[in-house]
Amino acid sequence: MEIPYTVTARPDTGLWNAKVGIWLFLASEIMLFGGLFSAYVFLRLDAAPGAWPHGLLNVPVGTMNTAILIASSVTVVMAWASLKMRRFRAYWWYMLVTILCGVIFLAVKLIYEWPQKFEHFGAFIKKDALEKYEPYLGNHHLAEKGLPPRIEITGHLHNREALVDKNVKEYEIALDPVNADPTNPAMDRPHFLYVPPTDKIARIEKEDVQYANMFLPKHSAYFASYFTITGLHGLHVLGGVIVFTYLWLPVGTKLYKRNPEHLANRVEVAGLFWHFVDLIWIFVFPLFYLL
Amino acid sequence: MDEPHEPMAGTMAEATSHDEHAAHDVAKHVRGYLLVGVTLLTFTAITVFLSYVNFGTQKANIAVALLVATIKAGLVAAIFMHLSSEKRMIYRILIFTFFFVLGLFWLTYLAWYDPISR
Repeated sequence: MEIPYTVTARPDTGLWNAKVGIWLFLASEIMLFGGLFSAYVFLRLDAAPGAWPHGLLNVPVGTMNTAILIASSVTVVMAWASLKMRRFRAYWWYMLVTILCGVIFLAVKLIYEWPQKFEHFGAFIKKDALEKYEPYLGNHHLAEKGLPPRIEITGHLHNREALVDKNVKEYEIALDPVNADPTNPAMDRPHFLYVPPTDKIARIEKEDVQYANMFLPKHSAYFASYFTITGLHGLHVLGGVIVFTYLWLPVGTKLYKRNPEHLANRVEVAGLFWHFVDLIWIFVFPLFYLL
Repeated sequence: MDEPHEPMAGTMAEATSHDEHAAHDVAKHVRGYLLVGVTLLTFTAITVFLSYVNFGTQKANIAVALLVATIKAGLVAAIFMHLSSEKRMIYRILIFTFFFVLGLFWLTYLAWYDPISR
């Protein structure tokens, strides 16, 4: 059966089928991410002073991933333009670069960024114990400057068994630079470059801790929204890579031989999805990495 | 990789003259696409840089960052997604979506007045 309007436009709307289809799909995607972003906004606005962390993510790596995604957006639009101009070889190369960009983005996320977080530890200190840990928090210094207080001590957990063993009474932490030297004015704001935990060790009694865990989704509202949104975004990148690979394989070549405009339209539709995924990341990056 | 032969003539005979016209249009836009790509990368660098500039309050910093992000998103939507010259039906779909998203944010906002969690 011949499906009408896969290549030519319907006379009434001026659009071919898949174009309407992808935009309806993207509309539902806007609702999906919109729900998560609205949750983020209100969780953040509702967070107690100092409770929303700042500067826990690796900014250079995030910037690199942003650049990779933008580059892939350019290459996919170039792939489509090449098909329109009937330059198949150029299309093939642009598509390959797009796929590689998607794979690199995912690899950086899954092999480097996420596991690094799972290895990091943070303990929220009870209100009445904040004074006791002042040498690691520097809240007097922050109050003088009118900055929000610190309520969490972060770093690498030396005694992992403390997480499960009730007989272990304290956490032994190799402190992050900010907790190792909290009154240093250079620590008032996050740095661009990631600095690993120092070799300064702190012992924090479990009694004084309100909640402590590795940087997992359950650690805080911040990490819950970070992992949910970047996870869902990552699934979208994966979906895009799968579709692009399908269009890039010999199946695409066959379709090109039969009807080049049909392949161009498929690439345009997949590209629209890819640009949307890029667009989501444009908001994810500043909201989670920079602010 | 096999270089495919010229597409078979005849299958798309009625669209051929239109295609040639479209191909010419696309060629004109290629420079624009590259330019937008460079602009987006520059704006990314600007966003990162501005996040280390103190605008007084954190709220001000967030506003600046979101402004730059909105400009970037607008460029992607207008140029890469061809929204600057799209058919009316697509705009209609998006206008509907816009109001539904506002409704969605409003529903989340209502949680602030939830008597159970407050």
